Amino acid sequence: MRTKTFKTRKNSDDYKEISSLRPENPLKTFRAIFSFMKKYVPHIVFALVGGIINVGGMLGGTVLLRELLEIVEESILTGMATGELLALLTEKALIMGAIYIAGALGGMLSMRLLLTVSTGTLYTIRTEMFEKMEKLPIAYFDRRTHGEIMSRYTTDTDALREMISNGIPNIVSSVLTITGVFILMMVFSPLLTLFVIGMLVVMLIAVTVIGKKGSVHFLSQQTGIARANGYIEEYVEGQKVVQVFCHEEKTKEGFRKLNEALCRSETLAQTYAQILMPIMGNLSYLNYVVTAIAGAAMIAHGQLEGGAPLLISFLTLSRQFSMPLTQISQQFNGIMTALAGAERIMKLLEEEPENDSGYVTLVNAEKGADGITESDKRTGHWAWKHYHKATDSTTYAEWKGKIEFECVNFSYEPSKPVLKEVSFTAEPGSKIALVGSTGAGKTTITNLLNRFYEVEDGKIRYDDINIRKIVKEDLRRSMAMVLQDVHLFTGTIRENIRYGREDATDEEVLAAASLANADEFINTLPDGYDTVLTADGSNLSEGQRQLLSIARAAAADPPVLVLDEATSSVDSATERLIEEGMDRLMKGRTVFIIAHRLSTVRNADVILVIEGGRIIERGSHDELLLKRGRYYDLYTGAFELS
Amino acid sequence: MSKKTGEPKGKSNDVDRKRDKVKQLSFGDIKLLAGMVRGYIPPAVLAPLFVVIEVIMEVLIPREMGALVDEGIAVGNMTAVATHGGIMVAYAVIALVSGALSARFAAVASMGFAKNLRAAMFENIQHFSFGNIDKFSTGSLVTRMTTDVTFIRNAFATCIRVAFRAPLMFAMSIAIAIDINWRIALIFVAAAPVLGAGLAGAGMIAFPLFKKMFRRFDRMNTVVQENLIGIRVVKAFVKEPHETEKFRNAAEEVKKTQVAAERLFVYGQPLMQLLMFGCLIAVVWLGGREIISGSTTMTMGDLASFITYVNQILMSLLMVAMILVNLVLSSASASRVSEVLKEKPEIDDSAAKTKELPADGSIVFKNVGFRYKNSEKETISNLNLKIASGETVGILGGTGSAKSTLVQLIPRLYDVTEGVVEVGGQNVKEYSVKALREAVGMVLQKNVLFSGTIRDNLKWGSEEASDEELLAACRTASADFVESFPDGLDTDLGQGGVNLSGGQKQRLCIARAILKKPKIMILDDSTSAVDTHTDADIRAALKKELRGMTVLIIAQRVSSVKDADKILVMENGRIIGEGRHEELYYGCPEYRNVCELQNVSAEA
Repeated sequence: MRTKTFKTRKNSDDYKEISSLRPENPLKTFRAIFSFMKKYVPHIVFALVGGIINVGGMLGGTVLLRELLEIVEESILTGMATGELLALLTEKALIMGAIYIAGALGGMLSMRLLLTVSTGTLYTIRTEMFEKMEKLPIAYFDRRTHGEIMSRYTTDTDALREMISNGIPNIVSSVLTITGVFILMMVFSPLLTLFVIGMLVVMLIAVTVIGKKGSVHFLSQQTGIARANGYIEEYVEGQKVVQVFCHEEKTKEGFRKLNEALCRSETLAQTYAQILMPIMGNLSYLNYVVTAIAGAAMIAHGQLEGGAPLLISFLTLSRQFSMPLTQISQQFNGIMTALAGAERIMKLLEEEPENDSGYVTLVNAEKGADGITESDKRTGHWAWKHYHKATDSTTYAEWKGKIEFECVNFSYEPSKPVLKEVSFTAEPGSKIALVGSTGAGKTTITNLLNRFYEVEDGKIRYDDINIRKIVKEDLRRSMAMVLQDVHLFTGTIRENIRYGREDATDEEVLAAASLANADEFINTLPDGYDTVLTADGSNLSEGQRQLLSIARAAAADPPVLVLDEATSSVDSATERLIEEGMDRLMKGRTVFIIAHRLSTVRNADVILVIEGGRIIERGSHDELLLKRGRYYDLYTGAFELS
Repeated sequence: MSKKTGEPKGKSNDVDRKRDKVKQLSFGDIKLLAGMVRGYIPPAVLAPLFVVIEVIMEVLIPREMGALVDEGIAVGNMTAVATHGGIMVAYAVIALVSGALSARFAAVASMGFAKNLRAAMFENIQHFSFGNIDKFSTGSLVTRMTTDVTFIRNAFATCIRVAFRAPLMFAMSIAIAIDINWRIALIFVAAAPVLGAGLAGAGMIAFPLFKKMFRRFDRMNTVVQENLIGIRVVKAFVKEPHETEKFRNAAEEVKKTQVAAERLFVYGQPLMQLLMFGCLIAVVWLGGREIISGSTTMTMGDLASFITYVNQILMSLLMVAMILVNLVLSSASASRVSEVLKEKPEIDDSAAKTKELPADGSIVFKNVGFRYKNSEKETISNLNLKIASGETVGILGGTGSAKSTLVQLIPRLYDVTEGVVEVGGQNVKEYSVKALREAVGMVLQKNVLFSGTIRDNLKWGSEEASDEELLAACRTASADFVESFPDGLDTDLGQGGVNLSGGQKQRLCIARAILKKPKIMILDDSTSAVDTHTDADIRAALKKELRGMTVLIIAQRVSSVKDADKILVMENGRIIGEGRHEELYYGCPEYRNVCELQNVSAEA
């Protein structure tokens, strides 16, 4: 919790809940999604062809059905030679079978291609999203909850997948079907088609009216779900506190209200969604009857050329309207939700990445008689490689490890300055302790050092080079951080230690672990270094996790070290192990340490006492005690209970 | 913030996972879940009833269609067209109305069912003891109340509509088809097993593939999750490319299994279509032959209605398959949900003798032993302790020394497994839980504030407290920063109180407990994020403002407990040192050790 979090959007939550369900600019989002599908254009074209074949097959079948029925009718009417008709019947039935097979193959082709398109597109979107996320500045993560970012990968991507693999294909095939059916009907009988159109208008009205109502309730249902789930999460998480305060009845009452509201909106949303099917299905029967009566009347007046067979196939056709219409309206809500989700995904993709305009790199170096030369191996020496554009030349400067803050100002939020005019110099190999109360700005200083955030005003120099000029990767590689909140990754202990430096040999991993005092507990684990850590290392104790994070930093073996001492929750024996490990790690490096233990502070070369974003005192332990200022208060305050 | 809870975190998760696998849905579970329909029985009965009517109509319509063709269109009889058309319209209207009504009733019943289910779970969870909660992880409880309930609700909605519709539709359509022409109806008899076998086969292949796919999804999401919580580590070690590669591999795996699993549908669905059309052709061809050869009474109209039945029969078979899939999917959810519903709160008022509050804040432990469920060895064994009312007691000890466990026995957050804990001279089990907890204020290690204003949160301590009292409590807890907020007590805390720093949250939690004016106040490592100065201020203010209150302080810093009336040093569930600071400094080597580490001298 000590990592600073700033949430500014909370107030607009109520508004957000609703608006997040509908896209703001569907067209733009559509285009953006399509840009991810560009390489699948041939797939999509062939899928469309397959889809047309599929629909064509179905409709072709209907035409053949009519012909089959005509043959049957002819036998009734004319009593033609049955043998000839039977042969004709078989022939047409075979053709019909062939058409259906072609249609099914077309369907297979189209669906198979679309599967490639949808999974491929989602793969691209997911990986681009992740790649982008890795490049975003820390501030981005501060302003959002993990759940919120996570939902880009789960809920939003799922909705998008549903849309690409189901929603859109369904709509396309529905539209194709409706068009095909309509054309066929026109061919069969334009006059009868008019009756159908009349009925169609009625159906369309039904769909729009019900769809619109359903939409409204769908939205309020989604909001209700979000509210209820939020409440559940919060109070299940805090159930122990509820119990301690005997607040069970109040909590239940709060849930009852939300639950009732959710039930109401869910019932309505569900009603409208489910009611569409029977209404459309049965309207199509009405349509059937109306058309049948009209058709029969036309036959009676000799105005329908094809007679009964045509009417029968026409009637079969006319019933095929209702399904695709229902489909389209049912897909609507899903597609809108998906587009809203896609919009959020696109927003993430459009975020500004961490800017890095640095050009100075840190390289392994060898110091010879003729100055500094670059080396491919780890030599234990480093040099700054400086490329000068103007003269097209490269110079090397020895790495020393001096760090300077010059009048640094910084704020996370515009109106709340966190650091004010901070200036200090850390000499190579020295140990700088940052001391001060919670929220004074200690962590912020270390955050600026490795450019998690950019300074607003003033300069930070590293061996007299402005850190903005240093390639971010190299800057960060040159310093290891041991943070207060330890985070480990799924994988073995060995892999986690190696996280500091990928090419570390097994021996180096062992050495790092023993330097950090971590080898002792690792060896007691049944699988030793191959023990698999899961869920952020929850199978280890807090102290063990801290030891591992020290080992991880030791494996990285960087020239500069940033340590944030953990405050509590570790027993004294482990604490001593941690302290020893840290001490060994600090040897020979420039160290910034956010100190909570006085033993650490006392050993520091320079102590910076920070209060309200300013350095109010600086000096060594003894010097500061003599001053009898804030440091003296802090130091003695810890011993006294007043 | 400290990550400890009373017992190792990973364990309860593991137990939970194991449970998920072993548990099977029993008849009792189904009965329990069925009971959740209460209050919604009429719609739950009416929905299938109207489904039956709807299906009967839908099955009768094609028959009328046939008649309309035969007696009307084929022979040009307009009155027959009108009569049969009229009947058809009547049928369709009845079907429409009953269809709509059944949809409505099903929605009311299933959503009401879901509501009852959620309410029952939530209310039961509210009465869970700490032991119950530890058994399920909170994350799994949330999933059970959300995702699992949705699955069960869908299954329920299916049960009261589709489960009636499909078999009935199938049976009636087949019956009528046989009645019209049993020879042609044989086509369905041939097609049904093919379809059935196809579906079963596809299911058998697809099921493991989908399970695999979900596992891969989990793995991919884990990568994202880890990167979210560890983003600073990733960036500090310049591991972005490494992590991206890791994610790319995970996403690639997801893509592969997804293609493999969904490929079945790609090939299966058109095949299904083909089977349907195959039946259609067979019907028309066979029927056509019979009509042409005039061997039977088969008519054009019969043929027309047969064509419609082809659709209805195969669709209902498909629906049966869907129902089965739905039920299989939801049975796991159902057993997970009923597990929560069946869980009996471990702590209740069964032994309560009085509704009175404890007389004073004295605490006695007599031969107390305690063992966590699923744990083999005792966490606390044979512990004896006496604390007089009004004393301030500090508790020190390493991780796993059972400090937190010890204090949680006092307000019965856990019940002792052996011995007796007394508060105010009476066994804690003899008070009502409410009265006991009324008298014991506790600030837990894991601080939770709830969404709402600061005032809402503080009022948990005392419903009637005035603003002055609230602010006074804040001052006592050194939480007077509240007054500097522009909105003061009305400051809105987001979910979990995200706008505050860790130290600020801790202080608000203390203020909330102070407002309860308890007889016993327990501070479980609740000032870890507060600097030593403020920490001392809080303790001094507590002593001044709340005279006569027994205070128990668990701390890591010796300075926090040094001036207590009594300090307990704990190790492995035992008290290894008890006394004042000075006594312990010289009498208890472990205590002295800690003092020296923290640079604390012998003087009090």
